[in-house]
Amino acid sequence: MTIGSVGDSGFEAPEHRTKGAGLSGIEEAEVSREERLEQMQNGTLGSVHSWELVTSVDGPGTRMTIFLNGCPLRCIYCHNPDTLKMKDGEPVTSDELLKKIKRYRSVFKSTGGGITISGGEVLMQPRFAATILHGAKEMGIHTTIDTSGYLGAACTDEMLEDIDLVLLDVKSGDEETYKKVTGRALQPTIDFGDRLAAAGKEIWIRFVVVPGLTDAVDNVENVANIVARWKGAVSRVEVLPFHQMGRDKWNTLGLKYELDETEPPSKDVVERVREQFRAKGLEVY
Amino acid sequence: MTTTENDATMTQSSAWRGFEEGPWKDLIDVRDFIQRNYTPYEGDSSFLAGPTEKTLRVWDALEKNYLSVERKQRVFDVDTKTPADIDAFPAGYISEDDDVCVGLQTDVPLKRAMMPNGGWRMVETAIKEAGKEPDADVKKIFTQYRKTHNDAVFDIYTPRIRAARSSHIITGLPDAYGRGRIIGDYRRVALYGLDFLIAEKMKDKDSVADQPFSEHWARFREEHAEQIKALKKLKRLGEFYGFDLSRPASNFKEAVQWTYFGYLASVKSQDGAAMSIGRLSSFFDVYSERDFAEGTLTETEAQEIIDALVIKLRIVRFLRTIDYDQIFSGDPYWATWSDAGIGEDGRTLVTKTSHRLLQTLRNLGPAPEPNITIFWDENLPQGYKDLCAAVSIETSSIQYESDEQIRDHWGDDAAIACCVSPMQVGKQMQFFGARVNAAKSLLYAINGGRDEVTGKQIVTGYEPVQGDEPLDFDDVWEKYELMLDWVVGTYVEALNIIHYAHDKYAYEAVEMALHDPEIVRTMGCGIAGLSIVADSLSAIKYAKVTPIRDETGLIVDYKTEGDFPLYGNDDDRADEIAATVVHTVMEKIKAIKMYRDAVPTQSVLTITSNVVYGKATGAFPCGHEAGQPFAPGANPENGRDTHGMVASMLSVAKLPYDSALDGISLTNTITPSGMGRTKEEQVANLVGVLDSGFGFRG
Repeated sequence: MTIGSVGDSGFEAPEHRTKGAGLSGIEEAEVSREERLEQMQNGTLGSVHSWELVTSVDGPGTRMTIFLNGCPLRCIYCHNPDTLKMKDGEPVTSDELLKKIKRYRSVFKSTGGGITISGGEVLMQPRFAATILHGAKEMGIHTTIDTSGYLGAACTDEMLEDIDLVLLDVKSGDEETYKKVTGRALQPTIDFGDRLAAAGKEIWIRFVVVPGLTDAVDNVENVANIVARWKGAVSRVEVLPFHQMGRDKWNTLGLKYELDETEPPSKDVVERVREQFRAKGLEVY
Repeated sequence: MTTTENDATMTQSSAWRGFEEGPWKDLIDVRDFIQRNYTPYEGDSSFLAGPTEKTLRVWDALEKNYLSVERKQRVFDVDTKTPADIDAFPAGYISEDDDVCVGLQTDVPLKRAMMPNGGWRMVETAIKEAGKEPDADVKKIFTQYRKTHNDAVFDIYTPRIRAARSSHIITGLPDAYGRGRIIGDYRRVALYGLDFLIAEKMKDKDSVADQPFSEHWARFREEHAEQIKALKKLKRLGEFYGFDLSRPASNFKEAVQWTYFGYLASVKSQDGAAMSIGRLSSFFDVYSERDFAEGTLTETEAQEIIDALVIKLRIVRFLRTIDYDQIFSGDPYWATWSDAGIGEDGRTLVTKTSHRLLQTLRNLGPAPEPNITIFWDENLPQGYKDLCAAVSIETSSIQYESDEQIRDHWGDDAAIACCVSPMQVGKQMQFFGARVNAAKSLLYAINGGRDEVTGKQIVTGYEPVQGDEPLDFDDVWEKYELMLDWVVGTYVEALNIIHYAHDKYAYEAVEMALHDPEIVRTMGCGIAGLSIVADSLSAIKYAKVTPIRDETGLIVDYKTEGDFPLYGNDDDRADEIAATVVHTVMEKIKAIKMYRDAVPTQSVLTITSNVVYGKATGAFPCGHEAGQPFAPGANPENGRDTHGMVASMLSVAKLPYDSALDGISLTNTITPSGMGRTKEEQVANLVGVLDSGFGFRG
């Protein structure tokens, strides 16, 4: 198997991460295969990896981040490779998940938080995500999606109305590097960003600095130029230094991890990257 | 006599000038005084002042001449000739600048004193470990002529207690060191002056004089006599430093100084495991506001006085053994200062002095003592909440408690003794009970009372788990309940003995002199290893746990297959097991008669003995390995709370507070950068997390 290959084959969830980090307190749905397909089609059943209550990570305040399974990209620095395959997730009904979300309403209220649907790739399960986002909005909860934008076309206008904030990962600034990093094309992400900016959606940009892969001045400059197009909508840019915290997952999965030797970027490089974004008049962290 | 009484009335009326009158004038009632006179502060912290030159000079001198030396050699110095007492040492100072709030435990900063009433062996060991030799005469007194608390305890201990102690299922008991967990109402010294307090104690003592003899009656009179003697010594202590404590304090500076002398007397005469100072800010603030109104105090001076007090609270030292330091992970004395909260009438108890206390962490830098403990409520003033969060982020030196839970059970003038135990100041004390190893008890249940580490049969008459089949939850739970009867019974028996002996041989006279004549006593029982029990029972219930035996048939390990819910992830399946364990232990404690009619309570608390408890304990079905440290207090097992800090807070919040009135603790380490990108964001997020953790209504 090669890392660059796209599709739903060959990835198994590592055993030690399926314990504890999973659904805890969300009941797994017991459904037949036919029911499962039907319910996933109509958005009442999702394939969920795990959830977490986090502060100041995936949007403002304390948020319930829901990790869905399945991703069309194969980023070689992915730190959640166990979320790549949709079939590795646990079946969870939208009612069950919304019940859990409802439990944390007071937490979201006190902290100015909300929910963030992440993954995997949230837009691999657009109907399920839409059901959850709509349900959350009906409870008055702030909603965020964390996406690469690659499947932006799967986000309907109705769904977009239920989203308050988009965390948009721009993984590189030219087609060649983007393909090297993710195995896919860059253009869909640009298109999605254009659409969000036109709709006046709030966007936080995320860019991961990987030494030798994404940190070249030109690459960063290209990303910054793309982001600058959406300036009115982008309220912050988060420059994230690459880390090795996902390495054990790759190993447990028995996959070849290409960044085994890669060190986190130096402070100077990270600061240089931030400066490149700042130079475009963006709010950068 | 008439003249003295007139004088007393005169000094009172001048010291109490401008205060609103009330029942507090005739009866000792500090809470009533505070409620009628304090000024809640709703504003922000922009009024605060930095450290004065003098504060910095004293702090530097302390660091240069004493603290830096102590860090190198563990103990700065020990006095081996003078058994400690309130008036045993002459006045001492940090430096010539040390004149804002004065008083040291001995004549030299950080020099430790012997307190042999608790037990001679500990004192001798500690002296030797500090590189000195005990004085032969003092040793003779405390080994030949004067019986100690420790001697008495071991005269009374039963065989089952000795067995449980030696196998470490019950460990860390206060049978050879001071129990602590008593907060004198040190504010009384300032508000009333010692002449009034002594006169009241004499009245109390004789109020029962015409009743017939009973042991209770005799003890009441004897203890009051001890209290009166202690207050007279406290008066002498004031004189050493040039103060007349017989009269009430007449301004802010005196109020702080008088109160500190009360506390100083207690740490000069007792080396309790926790020597907390109470709830002082709103009390002090009455005086500072009056001084401001009279034009006799500036903000800079007020801050300098609080800084000076806090410096003193940072250099309390007791003579401890290295073993003791290991149980408590260092050398803590828990000078806990409780602050904030909401009063019963709905006004916040936050005052400007509450802000000043937090400011000391900026002016002097972070420190673990005094252990500043904020009674948190989402309705605290925003300016104060923001300051708490900001100072927490800067210094990691603040602890938080749910104000609502404490207020509902203990009223709005309660304070924390040690780290979580609430009590009404001056009206209540605790018999400190350390902790029983609830996790090891589970292994005893499975092995029918054989110790899983040594293989010795510690408890007899209990059926072990039979066969090599996977463990059955109902079977294990039934055995656990039965074993808990034995463990809890043995544990409470030990506590009853300890506190009987402590009252008799190491009585806290000055602390109790600053209490009402009749008080509430609680028996503060505690458990260790809750998360291990919860996860292990969850594993037995939801996964497949097969016991592994050694050649003697002793179950020493487990093979656990499959997933199971883990405590600390806001998952009811595991959290309810934890709650049931807490409730079950409490019911068993309640069924036992307590010494001095103490009210039994329970804590699931953070102290620090996790390493010691873990060392003496075997492997568990949840995968916790033999000898590994326990998670502190009610914390989830290390690394097993995988759904974020707020989720673990909500799990802990499910533990029944009614079964754990002595407190539940959750220790979290938060890195500032983990709370937000900017300082403002970090402050807002921490305030939000605290609000949601303490105010959760699911």
